[in-house]
Amino acid sequence: MALMKSLPKEYYQQLEEIQAVDFVVYELVLYLDTHPNDSQAIQQYNQYAQYSKQLKTQFEALFGPLQFGTAVKNKQEWEWSTQPWPWQV
Amino acid sequence: MWAYEKKLMYPVKVSTCNPTLAKYLMEQYGGADGELAAALRYLNQRYTIPDKVIGLLTDIGTEEFAHLEMIATMIYKLTKDATPQQLRDAGLAEHYVSHDSALFYNNAAGVPFTATYIQAKGDPIADLYEDIAAEEKARATYQWIIDQSDDPDLNDGLRFLREREIIHSQRFREAVQMITDDQNQQKIF
Repeated sequence: MALMKSLPKEYYQQLEEIQAVDFVVYELVLYLDTHPNDSQAIQQYNQYAQYSKQLKTQFEALFGPLQFGTAVKNKQEWEWSTQPWPWQV
Repeated sequence: MWAYEKKLMYPVKVSTCNPTLAKYLMEQYGGADGELAAALRYLNQRYTIPDKVIGLLTDIGTEEFAHLEMIATMIYKLTKDATPQQLRDAGLAEHYVSHDSALFYNNAAGVPFTATYIQAKGDPIADLYEDIAAEEKARATYQWIIDQSDDPDLNDGLRFLREREIIHSQRFREAVQMITDDQNQQKIF
């Protein structure tokens, strides 16, 4: 059953910021799939992809891993499986 | 391969335990025009579609799995605290006796998912027109669910998903244009 740990409001704030930036990334990906020669859109994509990565690194240092297969900070606890899942928060 | 990201595509909130709304949402979980059907349809069609459109089918197909996870989260949150009596009152007694509170790929009427909901014709125009129709049907279904829902938090998530169907439909229309342009060009010389 769900753990439903109580999480600080920073968790939700930072997560929502990541969701917003990743939305821009996703929109640009789909746009570029049908407009592959739009160099301005490629530039925007790179900018937001980099920003997303930066936000995720910050989030992961505080709340545990978000992305599969990335290096983890906490070596005492395997947070990937001990921290709550998206439907539990 | 696919790599999991431990987050939803868009935040999912629900106001109260409401198994009736969960039942309606099953239409988008295991129904004919639901997110599972969409993901399986696009990711399967991409092997035989012209190269120009493979990226689009891969990325939209992948996004559909993120939508499926949002729908699952909505159903889970709307039913997790429901009593057997509440489930019965919502018309979910038949679901409960078979699955307890587990999710299952049924539509809103309890009919299990079937691969006959999707098509792969191998003809790029036929396949892409099917994809456009699927997105429009899913958009309409989201609207009908929103019309039945009195949960403002849930509706926020549903409106996001409804808007995504519009974007996907528009991208698929552009893909049709790319393919017809190619076909016309080949005829010239």
